[in-house]
This record gives sequence, C-alpha cells and structure tokens, in this order.
Amino acid sequence: MAPRVGVVLFPGTNCEHDAVQAVERLGGSADLIWHGATTAAGYDALILPGGFAHGDYLRPGAIARFSPVMDTVAAFAHDGGPVVGICNGFQVLTEAGLLPGALQKNRGLRFLCTTATLRVEQDDTALTAGVPVGTELAIPINHFEGNYTCDAATLAQLRDEGRIVLRYVDNPNGSVDDIAGVCNAGRNVVGLMPHPERASDPLLGSEDGVVLLDALLRTAGAAASAA
Amino acid sequence: MAASRQFSVQVEVLLRDGIADPQGATIERALPALGLGGVTAVRAGKSFRFDLAASDESDALAQATVVADRLLANPVIEESQVTVRPVTRAR
Repeated sequence: MAPRVGVVLFPGTNCEHDAVQAVERLGGSADLIWHGATTAAGYDALILPGGFAHGDYLRPGAIARFSPVMDTVAAFAHDGGPVVGICNGFQVLTEAGLLPGALQKNRGLRFLCTTATLRVEQDDTALTAGVPVGTELAIPINHFEGNYTCDAATLAQLRDEGRIVLRYVDNPNGSVDDIAGVCNAGRNVVGLMPHPERASDPLLGSEDGVVLLDALLRTAGAAASAA
Repeated sequence: MAASRQFSVQVEVLLRDGIADPQGATIERALPALGLGGVTAVRAGKSFRFDLAASDESDALAQATVVADRLLANPVIEESQVTVRPVTRAR
C-alpha cells in the first residue's frame, strides 16, 4: 500500500498543497491534518510544511508550538515515526524542542528567494535514507529566518553524532557550520530550510528534491510494514 | 485562597551575547546619516507589557518569568529581563 503522509496545516501555512502534490506524484498518498487535530492515527509519516504558522507572530514557530496537533506530532516522533519539517516547519520543530537549535534572522538581514546547492551529509535519516553522502542537490530556499544557530556544545554534539543532515555548499544565510538541515537523536525527525517539494517536477526547474522525498516515502513505507 | 493583587509586568527580550544581531548592526550603520557617529553597541530587542493577578510580588515575578522563559523568549538565542510592580489603583 502507498505510504500515507499527513501534512500538518496551521493557520498561515502556505506550502501544504505543494507538499501533498509532491508526495502524490511520487506514489504516496497525502492528507492535510488541521492544527487542532489530536490524533495522527493511520499515518506513516508527517510533514510540517512551509509558510507562516500563526502569522509568525512573536517568532516563527513560537505560537505553533502550542497548537494541539503538536502533542500528536511529539508522540508520533517519540514512537519513531518519520517527521519532516520544511522551512517554517523546521522552525516549528525547533521551537517545540523536537530539534535542537534555533533559526535566527539571515545574515545581512536579507530575505532569500533563490536556489541553493545542498550537500547530503548523512545517509541514514528519515529524509536521506539511502541517499549517498556527498550527493549535491539544487533546491529552492525562501526564508528570512533561516540562519541556523546553536551553542558550541550543541554544535559539537550534532557533529559527533552525525546529525547534520544537509549543508549548504555556498552558505547563503549565515547558518553555523553551513547547516541546512539537522535531525534528532533517533534520526526520524528531520528539519531543513530548503523546499524539496518545490524541486519535485521538471516544470519547477529542478527535480533534485525527489531523492529526499522518495527517501521519506521509503522510510514511511518501512515504518508502515514494520508496524 | 489568598487575596490576589494586580501587578504590572514588563519583559524585555534581547539576543544573547555572542548571537549576531543583524537588526542592531543595521540600525547602528544608519546612525551616521543623522550625524551621530558616536553611537555604538546598538542592540535590537522586544518589549512586552501585561497585567497579572498574583498573591504577592514574588508570586507575580515567578509567573511572569514562566511567561518570559516559555513563550516570549527563545532561550536558545534570547534572554529576558522581567520587571514587576504592583498596580496602584486610583481612589
């Protein structure tokens, strides 16, 4: 059966349909999950898509963390379910404490809307399983607060534990250690600022996001058949 | 239940030392245009004010600190300073 992906919709999210369409194009099935939901039963993976959850008021993700669905996301992640936060979704996961660090305003206060080249650094996370380390991918970025920040101890831990999943080849936003994406200790929760769903069709100028989303669907499928 | 009193709270949130503050730096770079080249160490932050019912000042400070630490500031990159004072009612 096709892996079933829940795409979490907060008020102000705006990339949910892109995520649904990308998943469906790759053979998965996808539904939107409203932020008031209190169950994710039946889903094999969750995506927190991009946008401006709760208007990004206070800080990106700061209010979204208190949406009822976040307890569900945390429980799903705790049970090993694959969870991917894209852009604003990454910010939500850091605010919720499901991923370490924080996303600060870009270096130079520049809003960035361009294509970045990423390097895959780990081949065993929910989003990169089976993707060879060193693979370079051209994937769009679109953010003002994408400058990944954490303290020195956290950075050392992320390096030691191989939890820096993706790096920018040419750092666009000032992120520490060129970090574009990180994962949790269980490697099932991954956050990244770039938008793989926007690079999932030739019409979009790049299909490089497909290798990441395919990896997520494979992880989801494996989780489904193990359950 | 202890009689509750009203307190006025101010929370100031600033980026931690060592965290780049691009807003503060940009503001500082704009100041010479005003003919004020001597302004340094500009830091941009946020200020919040709210009222709070609490049994006494230390209770008010404790509650306000929860608000500051759990919501208003992200402790990974920000620090907060909480000031509490009793609301004096007009008689």
